[in-house]
Amino acid sequence: MADYVLETKNLGISFGGLKAAQDVNLKIKKGQIYGLIGPNGAGKTTVFNLLTGVYKPTTGTFFLDGEELNGKTQETINHKGIARTFQNIRLFNNMSVIRNVLVGLHNQPEFKCNPFVSMLKLPKHYSTEERMRDKAKEILRIFDLYEERNNLACNLPYGKQRKLEIARALATNPKLLLLDEPAAGMNPHETQELMDTVRFLRDNFDITILLIEHDLKFVSGLCDEITVLNFGTVLCQGKVDDALNDPEVVKAYIGG
Amino acid sequence: MLSTILDGLSLGAIYALIALGYTMVYGIAKMLNFAHGDIIMVGAYAILVTLNANGHPFLAVIAAVLVCMILGIIIEKVAYKPLRGASPLAVLITAIGVSYLLQSVAQLIFGSKSQAVTITTAKMVKIASAEFNLNTILTLVVGAIIMIVLTLFIKFTRTGRAMQAVSEDRGAAQLMGVNVNKIIMITFAIGSALAACAGVFYLMQIPSVSPTLGSMPGIKAFAAAVIGGIGSIPGAMLGGVLLGVVEKLALNVPVLAPYANAIVFALLIIILLVRPIGLLGKKRREKV
Amino acid sequence: MSYLKNVKKGMRFKDMFNYLIIVVMLVVPLLIGVFDNLPRSSSGLLAQMAYSILLAVSLNLVVGFLGELSLGHAGFMCVGAYIGCYLAKELYDVIDSKLLVLIISMLVGGLVAAVFGFIIGLPALRLKGDYLAIVTLAFGEIVRTIFKNLPTFGAALGLSTKKYGNDLYIVALVVVLISLFLIQNIIRSKHGRAITAIRDNEIAAKAMGINITYYKLFVFVFAAFFAGIAGVIYGSYVTPVVYSFFSFNYSIEILVMVVLGGMGNITGSIISAVFITYLNFTLQTQLSGDLAALRYLVYAIILIVVVIFNNAPALKSVRERFSISNLFRSKKKNNPSKQYSDTNRWDVVTTKIPMDEVLTTDVKQEDPYKPDKKEKGGK
Repeated sequence: MADYVLETKNLGISFGGLKAAQDVNLKIKKGQIYGLIGPNGAGKTTVFNLLTGVYKPTTGTFFLDGEELNGKTQETINHKGIARTFQNIRLFNNMSVIRNVLVGLHNQPEFKCNPFVSMLKLPKHYSTEERMRDKAKEILRIFDLYEERNNLACNLPYGKQRKLEIARALATNPKLLLLDEPAAGMNPHETQELMDTVRFLRDNFDITILLIEHDLKFVSGLCDEITVLNFGTVLCQGKVDDALNDPEVVKAYIGG
Repeated sequence: MLSTILDGLSLGAIYALIALGYTMVYGIAKMLNFAHGDIIMVGAYAILVTLNANGHPFLAVIAAVLVCMILGIIIEKVAYKPLRGASPLAVLITAIGVSYLLQSVAQLIFGSKSQAVTITTAKMVKIASAEFNLNTILTLVVGAIIMIVLTLFIKFTRTGRAMQAVSEDRGAAQLMGVNVNKIIMITFAIGSALAACAGVFYLMQIPSVSPTLGSMPGIKAFAAAVIGGIGSIPGAMLGGVLLGVVEKLALNVPVLAPYANAIVFALLIIILLVRPIGLLGKKRREKV
Repeated sequence: MSYLKNVKKGMRFKDMFNYLIIVVMLVVPLLIGVFDNLPRSSSGLLAQMAYSILLAVSLNLVVGFLGELSLGHAGFMCVGAYIGCYLAKELYDVIDSKLLVLIISMLVGGLVAAVFGFIIGLPALRLKGDYLAIVTLAFGEIVRTIFKNLPTFGAALGLSTKKYGNDLYIVALVVVLISLFLIQNIIRSKHGRAITAIRDNEIAAKAMGINITYYKLFVFVFAAFFAGIAGVIYGSYVTPVVYSFFSFNYSIEILVMVVLGGMGNITGSIISAVFITYLNFTLQTQLSGDLAALRYLVYAIILIVVVIFNNAPALKSVRERFSISNLFRSKKKNNPSKQYSDTNRWDVVTTKIPMDEVLTTDVKQEDPYKPDKKEKGGK
């Protein structure tokens, strides 16, 4: 069971009569970078929403490290180790960059601190806050955001906002990181940088990454395996090169 | 019992008329017009002034409707339009400010004492050995007619359809050539006119006017709109009638009578806890 | 000693300033009192200011920091006032020290109000925005109606309470000082961050594993506790405690203080609470009869003008020019609003146009970094 970090079994959801996702079976090994691609409206983000508890699946179930997380709340799923970014960036816009990351660190067991301790400013409050700041700075350095730490998140340029969102997700210490179109809106240089960062994360953080991306070069340059979705169903699964050359996939993409 | 229910229905019709204003404005402008209740009060003073000037009661009603419509449009233009696109919290707080403004201006002009206004004298009629107040029946019948006309207007006229479109998706409606500003203005005008009508019926039941006249019925109608599912027109009618009947029934039981207001508001809380979108509200899925 | 050092270390200038305001309010009258006994009305005014500050700051926690509109804050105050003062009346026969009685009744009044905060916090978990606003309003009215009809609490005539005396303001201001300490510490901690994160973006906060349920309830309970204490102070200053005081209008008056002072700004709440209480106090003696409405007219205009000025999308450039924080910031080297002025609007664009529609897969891009695999992208 625990061979795979994430395993979904016939995962599906329908809104009224519309089957937004159907029989999605993913098997993602530890340390993989896994791609989820497909045309618009194929149900990719829906799968992310199912995996993070935003929607409750109508059929099927999914396991993280062999533990069934189906039906759990978003908070619990995050605590168990799935973190995500959003397609349309959702930062805490009116908070500084470092505070965004600090919110991500909130639930780490090492930073537990009772509200009453904080209220009375007991020594534990300080040590916790200080350690949290150090950790946040460490994360910001990885993403080259350290210099921006005191700026408001909404004042960052687009590419850095995307990076900050990944940094914030990483701060929750996930086993599985879901990236929803991380390279969208980035210029080629930024995209290249992002690819390096994602690889760095995988190599240094003991983390598995599942990403949605439209930029096929990004996908083929980074992912070990991919799944292609179309109309909510799995069109094709496997190694990147094989999948992208599959006639069904080509047909779905260029409509031929 | 029967007459209590009839009383309740007519009170409910008044609430429903006010609630319709709340709900229409919410559906189209996506804001709670907290000052809506106070528009009733302004209408009531318009009636008082016209009657004092020896105007015919019918003329007084027309005056009230016109004054309220103009007032509604002015409030929208001055206080709410600048805030279009701002946070709902900011708009709601401004609306509360407008409510205060209307009340205090009325108090400065007319004083805080309540003054008697008699539009029609109450007549009792006998139907099947039970006595009914004619005003009650009038309220019920006219209220029902107004609601039917409004529903037909929204369903079948060009403007009504444009209103539906704006309520569904303001951006898309604008792209399709609907003049959103004009539609919002019309909505405020209609809502305020309905409030004026409600005010007339209210005065027929309780013939006195004071600056705070509109605040309690306003808040209760607001509750009615929320119970019915805010933004839903049949919901506002249902919520209004339900609230009116519950209130009159509670008032009729000696033990419960002092708690009538509390019961009405408790009903609101319970319904919202069971069904957070109200009885007939449409569920909107939050897009992630 | 090391505890005190620690407390000082993490304190911001803003927090210190807030404590300073209260200390000045506490000390200056005492100094004057050395030479001349403080007039009764002034000490009463100070007590009024104290409970107004508590109400405004605690409501700011809900409205400004959590971002939920509560229109029933007077309801919590009502619970605190009735329960606390009833208890105080009973305790005066048992306990000699009236200070001790006041402290106990404040704690109990606050705690009972906090229980009500928990109850009203439960709908807050399911409801949002306008819906929650009406529920809190309804709650305030229900509480008032119930106390109006309970003979134990004097029914419609109100609960006659024992006045604490002239030095109530000293106790009250010390309580304000302690409350500010607790509130500001929470705001500056990880818990405060979680609360503001929920306000900023609830969906993202959930995805970050923030326990929304816990924090929403926490804020409601916390705020209600202080409102309850404010109620007990009120009841020790005014007798009888009558249900009609805690009307919806009073909730709005507290809201005016919060809005005027700036949502999420504690210093602002304190100053505006002091200002409005003073205004009330003087206008009440100056304006008689129907002219009293002028007071509410002033509130109404303040409310409308301040909110439109602070929130109207069209006035954004004006706001930025006159914003106090920007005046300070412009001196620093890294002015973020200048640095990225052209990319600033990116976020606005992306929320309007989903990226799906902009970057469809069949758009072919030049590939500067991996020319050898070019043929794959084309498919």
